[in-house]
Amino acid sequence: MTDDELIWRVAGGSGDGIDSTSQNFAKALMRSGLDVFTHRHYPSRIRGGHTYVEIRAKDGNVTSRGDGYNFLLALGDSFARNPSEHAVYGDEEVKPLSENLDDLREGGIIVYDEGLLDVEDVPNFEERVEENNWHVYPLDLRALAKEHGREVMRNTAGVGATAALVDMDLEHIEDLMSDAMGGEILEQNLEVLHDAYEQVNAMDQSHDLTVPTGEHDEEQVLVSGSHGIAYAAIDAGCRFIAGYPMTPWTDAYTIMTNLLPDMGGISEQVEDELAAAAMAVGASHAGAKAMSGSSGGGFSLMSEPLGLAEMTETPLVLLEAMRAGPSTGMPTKPEQADLEHILYTSQGDSHRVAFGPSDPKECYEQTRTAFEIAWEYQIPAIVVYDQKLSGEYRNVDASFFDREPNPSLGKTLTEAEIEEAAHDATGKFERYQHDVEDGVSPRTVPGQKGGRYLASGNEHWPTGHIAEDPDNRTAQVERRLEKLDAIHEDLEDRDQQVVYGDEDADFGLIAWGSQQGTVEEAVARLNDNGNSVKALGVSDLSPFPVEEVRAFVDSVDEAIVVEMSSTKQFRGLIQKEVGGVATKLSSLLKYNGNPFEPAEIVEAVEIEQNGGGEQPTAQTTLEPAAGD
Amino acid sequence: MSKAFSAIGEERDVERDEFTPGIEPQPTWCPGCGDFGVLKALKGAMAELGKDPEEVLLCTGIGCSGKLNSYFESYGFHTIHGRSLPVARAAKVANHDLEVVAAGGDGDGYGIGGNHFTHSARENHDMTYIVFNNEVFGLTKGQTSPTSPKGHKSKTQPHGNAKDPVRPLSMSLSAGASYIARTAAVNPNQAQEIIVEAIEHDGFSHIDFLTQCPTWNKDAKQYVPYVDVQESDDYDFDVTDRREASEMMYETEDKLYEGTVLTGRYYQDSERNSYQAEKQQRGDMPDEPLAERYFDEDYEWERSYDLIDRHK
Ligand SMILES: Cc1ncc(C[n+]2csc(CCOP(=O)(O)OP(=O)(O)O)c2C)c(N)n1
Ligand code: SF4
Ligand SMILES: [Mg+2]
Repeated sequence: MTDDELIWRVAGGSGDGIDSTSQNFAKALMRSGLDVFTHRHYPSRIRGGHTYVEIRAKDGNVTSRGDGYNFLLALGDSFARNPSEHAVYGDEEVKPLSENLDDLREGGIIVYDEGLLDVEDVPNFEERVEENNWHVYPLDLRALAKEHGREVMRNTAGVGATAALVDMDLEHIEDLMSDAMGGEILEQNLEVLHDAYEQVNAMDQSHDLTVPTGEHDEEQVLVSGSHGIAYAAIDAGCRFIAGYPMTPWTDAYTIMTNLLPDMGGISEQVEDELAAAAMAVGASHAGAKAMSGSSGGGFSLMSEPLGLAEMTETPLVLLEAMRAGPSTGMPTKPEQADLEHILYTSQGDSHRVAFGPSDPKECYEQTRTAFEIAWEYQIPAIVVYDQKLSGEYRNVDASFFDREPNPSLGKTLTEAEIEEAAHDATGKFERYQHDVEDGVSPRTVPGQKGGRYLASGNEHWPTGHIAEDPDNRTAQVERRLEKLDAIHEDLEDRDQQVVYGDEDADFGLIAWGSQQGTVEEAVARLNDNGNSVKALGVSDLSPFPVEEVRAFVDSVDEAIVVEMSSTKQFRGLIQKEVGGVATKLSSLLKYNGNPFEPAEIVEAVEIEQNGGGEQPTAQTTLEPAAGD
Repeated sequence: MSKAFSAIGEERDVERDEFTPGIEPQPTWCPGCGDFGVLKALKGAMAELGKDPEEVLLCTGIGCSGKLNSYFESYGFHTIHGRSLPVARAAKVANHDLEVVAAGGDGDGYGIGGNHFTHSARENHDMTYIVFNNEVFGLTKGQTSPTSPKGHKSKTQPHGNAKDPVRPLSMSLSAGASYIARTAAVNPNQAQEIIVEAIEHDGFSHIDFLTQCPTWNKDAKQYVPYVDVQESDDYDFDVTDRREASEMMYETEDKLYEGTVLTGRYYQDSERNSYQAEKQQRGDMPDEPLAERYFDEDYEWERSYDLIDRHK
């Protein structure tokens, strides 16, 4: 086997500490100089159920999970071992092993806890091992852990075994353990680690997979998409968040909630998402930089407060962490089918801004953009991402976060400025003037002398008072829309779209959000194999980067729009916004709850390049182009 | 006094006229509507308390009642149906120096916004919530509301309302409001006194304000004659005693539908911490109002870079 990458999967029961074990292992790989990418898979339940985290590590940029993986660490599932649950959960016990075999590459390594898992219970285990040339190392991880400490330390034993099998130095792992714990617990864990390492090294080893080596130019940090979002909010001066838990938005919400109090910020957990969004509106109105968010169902409840923010021109940032729908759908599975939901929900002609970042860095950049645009232009901005990106960790240069904060409230006046500002004959501040630059009319904040006005969800006069006068209505509608034109121009300078691959290619791929990294890898592979392909990653969803997308489509003969949606929402958006490109666009769709794998995209491109008409073998669907 | 918000906390004599808009928008309320009574009492109370119009944020819902801040000069937020409370309480959290009042109809507060009412009361924000209770949906032309009597006929309940009305005072008590009163538009003196007390109370004050709707609710007449339970010899209970208050509320709610209008103070708990105090004790809310910070040029903003070590 000539893998130049380690793709390590740790599998067990939910609630068995797999998250923290994998985090530390990923950090150790990162510290050793490798680029890492994590992928987590878990069911929508608290304990039990098959779960795993996969870490892909190699020398150089990793933008996606791989196709399959090459190292399985199968831990026991403590829930399935609970005797009183036995009747219900039947063969759950061996699932960390049995459920993970399909994706294990030929020649891959299996370490399993033989104290807990019996391969006799795994159908055709021996045959499959032989067929796939897998290298199997049974270890009694539980006994090993118990010998030096407590049973929970079997994860540490698993890590020690892994390190021994792939020739990984223990140094970074030991450092990370010392950072996280101390005293007797640390001592015991170190003993478990070393004992496992030595036991495995004493075994006959038949594989030749080793951990790759690499080097970073500078210090790295391991962050998820949710961290990118939360840290951008912090740097944008956001100190108020209101929410209601819902997977996967809870990730970002929790990060913010844990950080804010120490910064004199405020987090509110409230009765429902309607209240959450309305509270963000209220806090913003009163002068704080505020945000809220949810996932699909909760975002539905935010529809009316979102419209209120648009109409009252209250700056606001909302997050939408998509999961597979409709309704409760599949709570822990990603999908990109809330695109139309976030663009069009709420009555009337909407004016909002929306960004769909692709990775933790873009999560940071675009959340910063969202705050800047929201406050500069007094408009709600939405950052839409998904379950995949929310919990996906990647390494980033630590210096990436070395930024200046920007707590600016945009065109919000000080009391001195209010004195000079427009007031009506009775001294009421004119909050919503008709003719103002970029359509942005300066605002005041309650408590300021001379700034009083009425904010109303009803159409209103410049002072904010309710109005149905046709001339005023027209002026206000047009002014609010003018802001979008100004934002469009502003966004052009920020250039948040990415093109990669072979510049001269006449075959294109277009993706948005979390699938972009996967497309990027597919493009690299296709081009390495003699194809000529390029891709466009779109992040600005509203206002839409019409010119850039048109230029890309014009530059190719045909393009596949890749998205996790069965109704081709993104392709529909491109067709609507750009116009006249429908005959060039086909779709690659996936909606089984799992994100695309690079090979699936490679396969689809090859089918299309061979004239199309065939369906892929994977659980994906190709839909041909149609007229406008 | 705050540098950024100089309207706040200024000690001065305030005239009630300062709460009247310079150019009064044409009232959309019908002649004889009880909503005028709330407006008048609120202006009187704010002047009595010496509040500057610009330190007051009046958040309303949607309904005839929601127009209150169109006729009341201060900072205002005319929100959406049922949602005045989350907007208002968040403004209070963001700037606890503001005098925050929320107001709306019985449909707005006890129906569509009922969940917010329950939770705002429970959280005990230091703010005042006035519910215009006219026992009907006024703005949408007289449909049955959560406080309409059983049997109430309307275009949406042609065979008469099959539901018992909600019990606003009892609901408020069990939800956790720490000042609860009922007054009526026809009793302006009591109404103003109660609003003053409600604003001064440090916690969530709920006023169920009986506002006659001569257009759609002719049965309710004018809420006269009314009885002040504190003044009447027929009633004797301790407003600080939850059980006694509860019984008195129950009786008051029943009596309304029998034609006897009881009003007054029903419950007050001055011991209970406001939400702000609770949050601050836990280190979950800054001492200085959050909104101030954005106007403080010297503030050293925290950066994510200072948190990044945990990710190394
Ligand atoms: C979400 C929503 N549903 C319905 C309406 C229509 N609507 C406006 S006011 C109102 C009821 C008003 O009754 P109430 O709250 O008692 O206020 P009142 O007019 O009696 O003061 C309704 C149903 C709306 N504006 N928004
Ligand atoms: S309809 Fe009723 S509540 Fe509305 S303004 Fe007229 S009288 Fe008042
Ligand atoms: Mg009503």
